[in-house]
Amino acid sequence: MNRLNELFKNKKSPILSIYFTAGYPDLNSTLDIAEALENGGADFIEIGFPYSDPVADGPVIQASSQVALKNGMTLPILFEQLKDLRKRVSIPVLLMGYVNPVLQYGVENFCNKAAEVGVDGIIVPDLPMYEYESLYKDCFLGNKLSNIFLVTPQTSEERIRKIDGLSNGFIYLLSSSSTTGKDLKVSNEADSYFQRIRDMNLQNPTMIGFGISDQKSFNKAAEYTRGAIVGSAFVKLLGTENALDRVGEFLKMIRG
Amino acid sequence: MNREFIKSSVNWGVNDKGYYGDFGGAYIPEMLYPNVEELRTKYLDIIYDPSFQESFHKLLKDYVGRPSPLFLAGRLSEKYGARIFLKREDLNHTGAHKINNTVGQILLAQRLGKKRIIAETGAGQHGVATATVCALMGLECVVYMGEIDIQRQAPNVARMKMMGATVVPATSGSKTLKDATNEAMRDWINNPVDTHYIIGSVVGPHPYPDMVARFQAIISEETKAQLKEQTGSENPNIVMACVGGGSNAIGMFYHFLDDEDVRLIAIEAAGLGVESGESAATTALGKEGVLHGSRSILMQTNDGQVVEPYSISAGLDYPGIGPQHAHLFKTGRGEYVSATDDEAMDAGRLLAELEGIIPAIESAHALAHLDKMKFKGNETVVICLSGRGDKDLDNYMKHFNL
Repeated sequence: MNRLNELFKNKKSPILSIYFTAGYPDLNSTLDIAEALENGGADFIEIGFPYSDPVADGPVIQASSQVALKNGMTLPILFEQLKDLRKRVSIPVLLMGYVNPVLQYGVENFCNKAAEVGVDGIIVPDLPMYEYESLYKDCFLGNKLSNIFLVTPQTSEERIRKIDGLSNGFIYLLSSSSTTGKDLKVSNEADSYFQRIRDMNLQNPTMIGFGISDQKSFNKAAEYTRGAIVGSAFVKLLGTENALDRVGEFLKMIRG
Repeated sequence: MNREFIKSSVNWGVNDKGYYGDFGGAYIPEMLYPNVEELRTKYLDIIYDPSFQESFHKLLKDYVGRPSPLFLAGRLSEKYGARIFLKREDLNHTGAHKINNTVGQILLAQRLGKKRIIAETGAGQHGVATATVCALMGLECVVYMGEIDIQRQAPNVARMKMMGATVVPATSGSKTLKDATNEAMRDWINNPVDTHYIIGSVVGPHPYPDMVARFQAIISEETKAQLKEQTGSENPNIVMACVGGGSNAIGMFYHFLDDEDVRLIAIEAAGLGVESGESAATTALGKEGVLHGSRSILMQTNDGQVVEPYSISAGLDYPGIGPQHAHLFKTGRGEYVSATDDEAMDAGRLLAELEGIIPAIESAHALAHLDKMKFKGNETVVICLSGRGDKDLDNYMKHFNL
């Protein structure tokens, strides 16, 4: 059991997770942001490692990735920064990014290093289930890393069952089929999708992400799942002046 | 009914997991999974269907103008001491091989019940070929094109617009082909139900590389029959084609893959030189990795960030190659070489002077390799002349002060 599993086991109220891109707005802001998020009341965090071609992301996270790469962020530098992670941050931490930087770093190295610095889980949206299962699962599980899969309104029930069987943290429900940073559509369609997933009684807890930016969308997510993940809205905040001073205020605005 | 074009090579074709040896697969976020899965489960049934093949071949004949001629280039042959044939894809409607694929995919999109078509384009050739078939079928067409390419390729932008397509500038990243591809993928994520994405090359997640290859395989299918008629043998000694993503080359190689005595030579764009830092010679400079949904060989940093390539030819200016090419390269079945900007421009001019044919700069890269070959006896060579040079006149004018 890792920190993430403990959180889902013990926490009763809705869970709030925040995503940010490592290396944005400054190369060395990673741990300061993580610490500010913990102090502000985030339940867990997702640290994005930037990629040049982030096809699942909307304009906000794309732009933050470009700035991070320009600032010189790489996986080796990120792991160097994360050496002090567990001196400063106690909540669960996930790494999120695209598969190619992981392949170049070496999947095994990546998992070992992530475990070594105290990371609890990995989200790689373009790592296919077949490749994960046949090549990388043992490496993840051996390092007590939760691999987080995504599910969309179009994902079939059969596939969701399979994902549930392969998951060991939570399942990341996309609010709609979209890239990051669009507003959650509070529609009957979304409601019936969330309801459908809830009625499946999956083994793993679920969280909703993509399009969560305020109290209204957070409450909507928490109505059906264990909580929600905020990405673009927070990255937008990081692009403003004295952002770190306003992290607590931002989290309160989301949670209400 | 001709069923040849759907035959897949046992040794060199895609396997049931979507791989060519170590390459291929479908590295896509879950948001694209239903779209790609729909295609994967249906594409073979659709293109094996006799009514599909009838429509496909009828359009290729009556609309595209196929079969494209196989021309024995006499003066070029004399210069190089070989029997050199040109497969004239430049004579197709819209001026390049790209239309073979878009005709196939538009018929497929119709059978999937799609109402909206998206595409990416670099120089604009694939965008034009897509806008063309959308106009023909009365389907909405949105083409993503890098902001920088839009400025560089104004005539093709105008052609697309004239045929009713919407051209959307890709303003992210380097604002060229790879970013246009990213934007098209994002569009597909946001429009998962009614939209079909017509990828223009043998790249992307499985089944795209295989599907596009099957539509382009008409090039080598015709070549075999034409060679048989003109020379008495359906196989040449050598087949050559330029490679960006690699669709004309796969089409040119397709029916020769299992004839292992036929040498397959793929010519990449070396730009200012392989070692110059301004190049698109993927196999020389790239490493294995994942880009645009498949595992292949791509130009990247040690950290796995995709490197922006350079070539004078916008159609070869891509940082990867299709996964089947990566497999042919790694196994040695294909020989992967490169030609620089200058070598390609000279070869383009030479063909114009010797044969009265102005090739696209892309195709001129293939011609440029003739200079580096040593032919034994009277070897038969087929070169895929993938496109015509009209779109490149500006470049030729600047380069040669015409």
